[in-house]
Parts: sequence; structure tokens; C-alpha cells
Amino acid sequence: MTPQKQKLVVIGNGMAGARVVEEILKRARDRFEIVMFGAEPYGNYNRILLSNVLNGSQSATEIFMNPLAWYAENGIKLHAGVKATKIDRERKVVIGSPLKKEALAYAVDAAAVPDAALVEESYDHVIIATGSRPFVPPMEGFGGTGTFLFRTIDDCDQIAEYAKTCKHAAVIGGGLLGLEAARGLMTHGVEVTILEAAPQLMIAQLDPEAGQMLRDTIEDMGIQVMCEKITTKIVREDGRIKRLDFKDGSTLATDMVVVSAGIRPIAEIASVSGLTVNKAIVCDDQMRTSDRSIFAVGECVEHRGKIYGLVDPIWEQAKVLADVLTGFNPKAEYLGSKLGTKLKVMGVELASMGDTKPSLPDDEVVVYREPSRGVYKKLIVRDNKIAGAILLGETDTAGVLMQMFMANSAVSSRRADLLFGSATGAPVLSVFDLPDHAQICNCNGVTKGAIKEAIMIGKCHSVAKVGGCTKAGLGCGSCKGLVAQLIEAYAGEVVDDASEHYYVPGVALEKSQLVAEIKRLGLKSVSAVFRELAGGKEDPASKVGLASLLKTLWPGEYDDERDARFINDRVHANIQKDGTFSVVPRIYGGVTSPAELRRIAEVAEKYNVPMVKFTGGQRLDLLGVKKDDLPKMWKDLGIPSGHAYTKSFRTCKSCVGTDFCRYGLGDSIKLAQEIEHRFQGIESPHKMKLATAGCPRNCSEAYVKDLGAVAIEGGLWEIYIGGAAGGTIRKGDLLCTVKSHDEVLKLMGRFMQYYREHGKYLERTYHFVERLGIETIRMIVVEDSEGIAARLDAAIQQAVDAYKDPWQEAAVPAYPGQFSAPELAQVLEVAENNG
Amino acid sequence: MNTPNTRTINLGSLDKIPLGQGRSFQVEDTQIAVFRQRDGKLFATQNACPHKQGPLAEGVAGGGKVICPLHSHKFDLATGQGSEPHECVKTYVVREAGGEILLQL
Ligand SMILES: Cc1cc2nc3c(=O)[nH]c(=O)nc-3n(C[C@H](O)[C@H](O)[C@H](O)COP(=O)(O)OP(=O)(O)OC[C@H]3O[C@@H](n4cnc5c(N)ncnc54)[C@H](O)[C@@H]3O)c2cc1C
Ligand code: HEM
Ligand code: SF4
Ligand code: FES
Repeated sequence: MTPQKQKLVVIGNGMAGARVVEEILKRARDRFEIVMFGAEPYGNYNRILLSNVLNGSQSATEIFMNPLAWYAENGIKLHAGVKATKIDRERKVVIGSPLKKEALAYAVDAAAVPDAALVEESYDHVIIATGSRPFVPPMEGFGGTGTFLFRTIDDCDQIAEYAKTCKHAAVIGGGLLGLEAARGLMTHGVEVTILEAAPQLMIAQLDPEAGQMLRDTIEDMGIQVMCEKITTKIVREDGRIKRLDFKDGSTLATDMVVVSAGIRPIAEIASVSGLTVNKAIVCDDQMRTSDRSIFAVGECVEHRGKIYGLVDPIWEQAKVLADVLTGFNPKAEYLGSKLGTKLKVMGVELASMGDTKPSLPDDEVVVYREPSRGVYKKLIVRDNKIAGAILLGETDTAGVLMQMFMANSAVSSRRADLLFGSATGAPVLSVFDLPDHAQICNCNGVTKGAIKEAIMIGKCHSVAKVGGCTKAGLGCGSCKGLVAQLIEAYAGEVVDDASEHYYVPGVALEKSQLVAEIKRLGLKSVSAVFRELAGGKEDPASKVGLASLLKTLWPGEYDDERDARFINDRVHANIQKDGTFSVVPRIYGGVTSPAELRRIAEVAEKYNVPMVKFTGGQRLDLLGVKKDDLPKMWKDLGIPSGHAYTKSFRTCKSCVGTDFCRYGLGDSIKLAQEIEHRFQGIESPHKMKLATAGCPRNCSEAYVKDLGAVAIEGGLWEIYIGGAAGGTIRKGDLLCTVKSHDEVLKLMGRFMQYYREHGKYLERTYHFVERLGIETIRMIVVEDSEGIAARLDAAIQQAVDAYKDPWQEAAVPAYPGQFSAPELAQVLEVAENNG
Repeated sequence: MNTPNTRTINLGSLDKIPLGQGRSFQVEDTQIAVFRQRDGKLFATQNACPHKQGPLAEGVAGGGKVICPLHSHKFDLATGQGSEPHECVKTYVVREAGGEILLQL
């Protein structure tokens, strides 16, 4: 007989709630039946990485720590999207109500689903981990359209979405989070102004001098900073924000407002349930509230009069609480935390810990200033220990200082070592000396012991691998230096993580090595590459990239396994959101004829094509076509494929040029047609869109194409490469000026081949040209500095010769079912029984 | 005899599915994607991607996974678990016998 499990109810599924459950499971897997309430409709994610989500360096899905499967695997019942409203201490049940999907999870009056049944969970123990909500200083007009807070994934989504409609955003609050919000907003293409009520930025972590230097740095990044501004009113016109009014009478025009002016603990559930609440839920050193069976952890806690707003104290609290609750160490105590922070803003190096100014007469202050580089370092030493430090502009020693500060260890008598590293290069702090329980990554709560294990047992010998294995270094990143030192100490040397340079994720080789191996072993199919170079392990995410490379390497000889193609390339059409396809016939240079148009029109009618549209590339797009109609339409059209669906030469559009235009200097139409006849269907790392213009007025936008040719005075043609006018806009770089159409064709082909051989998979020419630099490319392609021009010319010629119109497969499908709709299965014919 | 809730359906010759690809079948009112890996393994899942109903049978598959052709969410073909939190697809038991595909409902 197994003893009845005790039931533990956790309220709040954020950083603290999820962490404490992990700590409990580590100590006693089967002790408790665990139920969690989470007001947000998700599993648990790493809130501190929201800054990265807002600035676009990580996607929301990357910051999840515990996916829903984790709860299931550990037998945890999660009420996601349910807010606990009361703890009925008489009956010992927690009561919750489901929130509407669009409800603001942390709002006091978060909207509940009307008439939904309440959720009730009985308990033996409760842990409250409700965290906090953003504080909004009193001002008129906050709430509603255009005003935002910065706390959850939903907040991030909404800010990013709304920013698209704005030119200017104001961030109220110049603290750690406000700065991160401002930097994040910048990546959404709005101008940003930070409004701070105090006379300086980051008043809690910086002294006035560092505050001023930080302000200069931030302003250099293009963010405006206004201090001593107290917003009194948000003024709207026609429902949209127009401007802000300040207490001093001044105003600021803006389109949106993000408030990040501090946080307030969420403690209502404790007050309505009769627990002692002061500024937050009052807890003793064992994280117990005024009710012995109810505990609290995280930002909702007031411990010894202090409330914390960072994750580091939470990790410590969670450990103590897990020790106490599981009986692992019933005497464990939490005695408070020391705080250190790092600003996670791209382009600003800033770490701060402890006091910002001396407070006792004997405090020793060490300061180093280098205004020309924006460097400021300050150290406050008390009793030969670090009482506080600020590092701005250069934070190399931050990780070490933080360790010493947290451990309260005695410091080197040469204080300069602490700010710059020791003169001899010997480590200021030997990582060997740190105990295994010393926390290295404060953001994710990873100890030296865990990292050591990853290095020695998990064989993680690069900083990125250790991060992948333990999450160390994936928060603010300030511990990466220490992680590297640990790798050096326990594995001998740090390996530069190669996987970022792999051509495709599933084969551990860079492009040049991969090409060499493929050639050496004569691998002509994707499955052969997996077999020979990936230990037989197929990786679907690598198939398409490999297929593209192999086709380039073995023109005419490539063993074309159709399963390695993306659907568009299997059926030679572009898949649409509803699973239908589009048909774009080739129209050389954008010039068609009445007969051709008539045929296209007839086909569109015959197959009930829902939409016929001109594309930006001077083509006709027949949209909404069923898969099984594709081959029939191609046959009826009798025009080759326009390749609008694949990573290859797409189009060469043209302007009317000398034929009709009164400005024309060169025959742009003829050249475009020649280009298109020559290069149609040539595969490349990414698509190539081209244009020719008859004069620099550039009506066909040739300056912003992957390759463009522009006619100039004197019968000359300028060739531009690396232009873009999609999501990225870039004017192409002038490669060279030539005298004839033939020379344009030759140089364009040579560049294309070089790009085909050296571009990374899915690297557009605008990235490629920027990565290599136009001078380098010009040297190779025009000046032939490497002596490969003749080979490149021959290779592209071979690719041109190997071209076959894929729409010819209309007559003979390449494989059975290539163009079939879902097949109707005959359910009545039961094949056999299995009873 | 068939147990009350499982039925086996013959989807016809294995050759209907090109090596390494998937193919969709309409079974009563659901579309089911059947995948035939190069190593001979067969998998079956619901055809509609839980994200935005992309046709999974048209995705690139291999190594026990499929990538949706619309927005590249990934799914484990054996367990149905998706790469994105909250997303998973229904899987079905499928096998080959005498060159025919047998799907269990
Ligand atoms: C953008 C951002 C960046 C940050 N960066 C850093 C950083 O770099 N370093 C650092 O140390 N800290 C950082 N922080 C602070 C850190 O995220 C918090 O200290 C930490 O998340 C607090 O954890 P918690 O579990 O107490 O609260 P939370 O993580 O907020 O979790 C509380 C959860 O409980 C839910 N909840 C509330 N009430 C109820 C209820 N009645 N019923 C059910 N569920 C409820 C809430 O919706 C929430 O999901 C950052 C915070 C933000 C917003
Ligand atoms: C699935 C989504 C898309 C489809 C089906 C699609 C399809 C097309 C097609 C068929 C053309 C005609 C020209 C050609 O054949 O190359 C075209 C042109 C163009 N597309 Fe897209 N496209 C898509 C997404 C995008 C996106 C995301 C961008 C921007 C980042 C973009 C930018 C352009 C531009 C700028 C042109 C004009 C090219 C020119 O003038 O030559 N397209 N698109
Ligand atoms: S680019 Fe020059 S030649 Fe071509 S249509 Fe415009 S003005 Fe005329
Ligand atoms: S529909 Fe499948 S990923 Fe979007």
C-alpha cells in the first residue's frame, strides 16, 4: 500500500512558481501531488528574456523553459489561464476562475469568462508565487489604445504589433527595464524618447556621473532621453495618442506610450484570504506566511522588510522553500540576498552591484574614468570586501566581481586588478576555488557544479554548448567569461562553437569543407550525404539546403531525390496559405503579346482561377490553383515556368528603354530578354531578382535588384549587385561598367556562379555582397585575382546548358501522385482484422 | 474480430507514396498524412497542421520528423509532439503488409 500523497497547490506559474516545483521534484519526486494555477495561458517561460523577444533577437517560442509536456511528464496538473482568487483556509481549498483569453493576466480586475465554473483544488500546502505587476504612476489617459506595459509575452506581441503603426514611442521610466524596452522599440522602426522623473537614468544602480555617461551612450544610439519629466496627461485625438503633457508645462508629440516605472507585488489573494500583508506577503526565513501551511516565494514576498525585483533572490528562496517543504533540510533558512545586475541592452556594457556611493567614513572609493571611450569604473571597498561596483563601457571583470561580491570574499590589495584583471594575466579569482554550489549564471540559476558536469560528463567544450545544456549564459550573458574560464579549467581549452558555421544544421561541416567532402566522395544525392557525412542520420531541416548545393555542384549529374525538395519545387508552383498554388508563366523581360495574353486569359477562365494579378516582377500570377489542375494548365498555356516559387533566378524586368522612351540610352528590353533566356531557372542559395534600366532614371528599379544593369551615356552599361527592395532596402554596389550586352551577360553569369559556390544557403545577394565586400568581389569577378574567371564562366555555362523547363513534367509526372489531390480511402474495405 | 474501437483500412499499394515523401488520404471526414521514410518506416498523422492548417503531407520529412510547408513548425511523427509549445498532431498506427499500406483507426 502506498501512503496517500500530500497535495501541494502552487499559485502562479512564473519564474518563482515553476522554479520551486523543479527544486521540489529534484529532492522528492513522488512526495506531492502537485497542482498549479497560472493566470497566463502558457507553460512557464523565462521572463527576463522578454527583452530579447522585444528587440527581435529571440522568438517567443525560444524562451519557454517548461513546455506543457514537462508538466504532463512530471504528473503536474496545470490550470493554465486560470487565476486563483481565494484560499478558503477553513475548507482548505484554493478557488480559481478561468480568465478570458484576451484578459490582462496581472490586472487586478482581470476579466473572467462569464458563467464559467470555478475551479476548486483542495490542499495540504499552498505556495503563493504571484509575482508582481507593473506600476503605473498617476496620469490622465493611461489605458486603452496606444498605451502598454512590459511584463508578459502578450505585452511584447502587442507592443511590436502596434509599433508598426507608429512613428514615435515614449517610454516612461528610465530604469533597467525602461532602457531595455526603449532599445527593443527601436528595432521596430520607431523613434524613441525615454522620460525619467529623476534627474538621471537608472537611479537605483548608478551614481550621477555614471548616469550621465550612460545617457550619452544611449543618446548616441539614437534614443532621446529627457530627465525630470513627470507625465500628467496622455492626450488623444480621433482615438489615437497625440502627445504627452508634463508637469512642468512642456509637451512631447508621440504615437504610443510604454510605461515601465517599477513594479508592485501581487498580494490580493493573500489579503482576501486573511494572511498578513504589508507591502507584500510577509514571510519568515523559511518562506512561510502567517498560516503555517501556506508559503510564498518570488516578487510577491516581503522578507525582513525587503521586496526583491530580480531573479537571483528567487532561486535562493526556492531552494530554501524546497528544503523545508520536502523535509530535505527542515532547518534551511533564507537570510536575504545581495543584488547585482547587468543591463541587457545591445551596444551598452553595464554592470552594477551593491552600493552606488560610500556610506561609512572608512569606505574606500576607487574610480577610473576614460570619457573618450565612454568607460567608467567605480569600486566601493568596505573591510577589504566589495560593497559596491559600477562598470560602464567595459565589463570584462564583472563576472568575477559579482562572484566576490556575492560570496563576500576578501579582495586583492591591488584594487586595479579588480577593475582591469591582474597585470600578470593570472586570474583575479581562480574558478577552481569556487565551491560547486556557487552560482555562476544568476539569470538562470546555474551553479558551478552543474556547469562542471556539463563540461566533464556532457563533453560541452564551447560556451554555446554549455549554454545549450545548462542554460548558463543565455540570460544577460555576463557570466559567459566565467563559463569560458571553467571550460579552460576543466577541459583544457575552449572550443569555438562550430555549429553556427555549418552550412546545414544536420551535417557538421562548413560550406567549404562540405563541398570538399562531397566532391572527394562523389556524393550525388542528399541521402548519400546523410549516409556518408552525417552517420546515416536524416535531418529534414537540412534536406532542401543540401539539394540546392548538390544541384550546383553536379550540373546534369545530380541524383535528384524529390523528397529533398520543398513542396514548391516538387510541383513547380508556389504554395499558398490555403494549400492551393499559384502559376506564374515565364514572360521574358516582362514583354508579352496579345496572343500570349489571350491564352493566359483563356486558361484562367477554364480553370476558374480565383485571382489574376500582376506581380512586382512584371509577371501575371494566377492564384488559387488546385494541385491537380497544375499540369493541365501548364499544357494549355504552352509557356515555360516562370520559376516564381524557387530559390533561383526569378525574373529580369525591364523599362521600355530605347524602343519607345525618349530618354533611353540603351536597349533595356532586349538585354532583359537575353538575360532571362540565358539564366532562367538557374538555382542559387536564395532567389535572384534582376532588372535592366535604359537610363539612370531607373524606372525598373535596377539599382535595388540582386543584379541590375543600367545604361549610361556613351553606350555603356553599369552592373550593380547586392541590391534589395523587399523587407531590407539596399542600393546595389557598382561592380563595373561594360560596353556590350555580351559583357553584361558574361559578368553577371560569373558573379552568379561565384555566389552559387560561396553564398550560404538562404543568403540573399545583399547579405553576401556585404559579407564579402564589393572590393573583394570585384577583384575576383572582374579583375580575376584568383585566376578562376574561366572556370566560373565554364561552370555557369554548364548550368545554363542543363536547364530544362520543369513544366515539361506536365506530360510525364516525375513520380506517382506528384500532382494528386488527397486520395479518397475506401473505408468500407476493411483489410483484415486485428482482434 | 475487430475490437470495437479500432478498424484497419487498406490504403492500397505502398508505391503510391514516393520514397521519403508523404501523401494525404481522405478517410471519411478527416485527412490523414502517411509518410514513407527512406529507411522503410511508415508514419501517419492528421494532415492539417495545428498552426494554420498547412498540409503536412506536403512537408519535407525525414529522421522521424516533418516540417510544415507553410511556416516550418516541426512535428515528431512518432509522438505527434510539435516544436512549438501547445502544438501537437494526432498520430495513427500504420504499417505495411504485402506491399500494401494498412492504417489503423
Ligand atoms: C522584461 C523583463 C526583463 C527582466 N530582466 C531581468 C534581468 O535581466 N535580471 C533579473 O534578475 N530580473 C529581470 N527581470 C525581473 C524578473 O523577471 C522577475 O524578478 C521574476 O520574473 C519574478 O518571478 P515571480 O515568479 O515572482 O513572478 P512572475 O515571473 O511574474 O510570475 C508570477 C506569475 O503568476 C501569475 N499570477 C499572478 N497572480 C495569479 C493568481 N492569482 N492566480 C494564478 N496565477 C497568478 C502571473 O500571471 C505570473 O505569470 C525582468 C523582468 C521583465 C518583465
Ligand atoms: C509566400 C509569400 C510570397 C509569395 C507567394 C511571393 C510571390 C511573388 C511573386 C510571384 C513575385 C513576382 C516576381 C517573381 O517572379 O519573382 C513577387 C515579387 C516580389 N516580392 Fe514576393 N512573394 C512573397 C513574399 C514576399 C515577401 C515576404 C517580400 C518582402 C520581404 C516580397 C517582396 C517582393 C518584391 C519586392 C517583389 C518585386 C520583385 C520585382 O520587382 O522584381 N515577397 N513575389
Ligand atoms: S529608365 Fe530611363 S530609359 Fe528606362 S523608361 Fe525610365 S526614363 Fe526611359
Ligand atoms: S500552418 Fe503549419 S506551420 Fe503554419
